Amino acid sequence: MEYLIGIQGPDFVLVAADNVAASSIIQMKHDYDKMFKLSEKILLLCVGEAGDTVQFAEYIQKNVQLYKMRNGYELSPSAAANFTRKNLADYLRSRTPYHVNLLLAGYDDADGPGLFYMDHLSSLAKAPFAAHGYGAYLTLSILDRYYKPDLTQDEAMDLLKKCIEELNRRFILNLPSFSVRVIDKNGIQELQKVTVGAAK
Amino acid sequence: MIELPDRTEPRVGLQSRGNRHHLGSTRSQNDFRSRSPSSALSIPSSTTSFSGSDKRSVLRPFPMSHGTTTLGFIFQGGVIAAADTRASAGGLVACPAVHKITPLHSHLVVTSSGSGADCMLWERILAREIRLYQLRHKRRLSIRGTAKLLSFMLQSTRITQTGSTDYGPKLIYVCSDGARLQGDVFSVGSGSPYAYGVLDRDLKWNLSVPEAVSLAREAVFRATHRDAYSGNNVDLFHITAQGWHQRKREDLKEEYYRKIEEIRHTNESG
Repeated sequence: MEYLIGIQGPDFVLVAADNVAASSIIQMKHDYDKMFKLSEKILLLCVGEAGDTVQFAEYIQKNVQLYKMRNGYELSPSAAANFTRKNLADYLRSRTPYHVNLLLAGYDDADGPGLFYMDHLSSLAKAPFAAHGYGAYLTLSILDRYYKPDLTQDEAMDLLKKCIEELNRRFILNLPSFSVRVIDKNGIQELQKVTVGAAK
Repeated sequence: MIELPDRTEPRVGLQSRGNRHHLGSTRSQNDFRSRSPSSALSIPSSTTSFSGSDKRSVLRPFPMSHGTTTLGFIFQGGVIAAADTRASAGGLVACPAVHKITPLHSHLVVTSSGSGADCMLWERILAREIRLYQLRHKRRLSIRGTAKLLSFMLQSTRITQTGSTDYGPKLIYVCSDGARLQGDVFSVGSGSPYAYGVLDRDLKWNLSVPEAVSLAREAVFRATHRDAYSGNNVDLFHITAQGWHQRKREDLKEEYYRKIEEIRHTNESG
C-alpha cells in the first residue's frame, strides 16, 4: 500500500515517498511524511506496520543524534545504515520484531552519495536505485530500463515522474501525492510534492 | 479481496472494524515496555520490563467488542468530539449508555474505541501520569507529549485524543500499535466510514458552533443508522480555550423519527 523510491546520481540522491497514512481501508491522513531526518545529510524512509515505523525510526534517529553528541562528529550514511541493520537484526529474533521496510539515503563528504535498501528481515544492500511496496513491482523495470549512473538531477526527477505515472495508471490504490527530497553536498532539500495531475 | 498490508498477526485493537471476534494474539498489558533497547538510548527510565509476559492470546469468556462510532474535528470555534454510547459484546448490546468520551483535564478530552475495559484502564493511567507531570514540572504536558506518552503505553485499544492548549486546538489519533497521527478530522470505530462520508462533505473551517455541533450529530446519527454495533445515544463535547463543555446526551431514536417526519411532510406537501 505504501511506496518508497530512491534514485542515486553521481553527486545526489533523490528520494520520494507517498503521503497516505491508512488504517485498513480508510485514508486517515493525506499529508503524512514518511521521511525521518537522521542528520544533516541522511534521511531514513520508513514504511511497514503502523506503530513500528515511527517507533523504530525515532529510535534510530535519536541514537544517531546521540552518537554525534558523544563523539563530536556525525555517523556516515554507511555507518548509519549498518547500525540500523544491526538493530533490526537484533530485534528480529526477539519476541517483538519490528516489521519495517527502509530506505536510507545520505551524502558522505568522503564517499559521495549512497542509497541503502533494507527490508524487514534486516537484509542490507547498497543500490543505485530501489523501491519498497507493491508499487515496486510496477516501477523497478522502469528504473532498470531508464537509469544511467551519471544521470542529472532533472533526469532523475523525470524518471521519478515516469514511475509515479505508472503507479497512477496501473496500481489499484490511489496514491494522490508524494513527498520528494534530494540530498547532496549542501544537505537535504525538499522539492515540490508530486501530485496526480502534475505527473502527466 | 485486498490483502491488508503488513499485518502479520491479528491485533485486539483491530476489532474497531466491527469484527466481533476478539480472540486473537495480543501483547499482554504488561509488556508494553519489553522492548528495552540494547544500545545507547533508553526510553523513559521509570519503566520496568516484565519478562514473563509473551504474545499468547488471553482467552476471553465471550467476545468483547466496542463497536463504535467516534469522531473529532477542529474548526474555527475549537474542537468537537462526538461518540455513540453503545457497548456491544458480539451480537448483544451489553450496555446502551456508555461514556466513550472522557475528560482528562479541563482542556483535554479522550475518545475511546476498542476494548472498553482496556480503554478505561489506560485513560485512568494516562490521567494519573499527566497529573503527575503537571505537579512535577509546574506546567501541563502538551497534547503532543500526552499523545506520545499514550502511544508508548497502549497495547490493545485505539484511542483518539482531542484537546485544546495555549497553542490552539489539536486533534491527535493514537492507535493500539503505537502510531500517532495529528490531523484536522478523525473518525474511529466500526461506524467510522459512514461518519467520514458525512464529515468529508460538509466540514469546513468556517463553520459556526451550532453548525459544527449539528454536523457532528448528523455524522454519528448516519453511522449509527447503518452500523449495527453503534447506536443508542450521542455524546458531544465542545472544547475551546475556556475548556470543555458537554452537550446534553441525545437519544438518536428521536432524531430518526424526526427525520422520518420531515420526509413524510415534504412528500405530502411536495
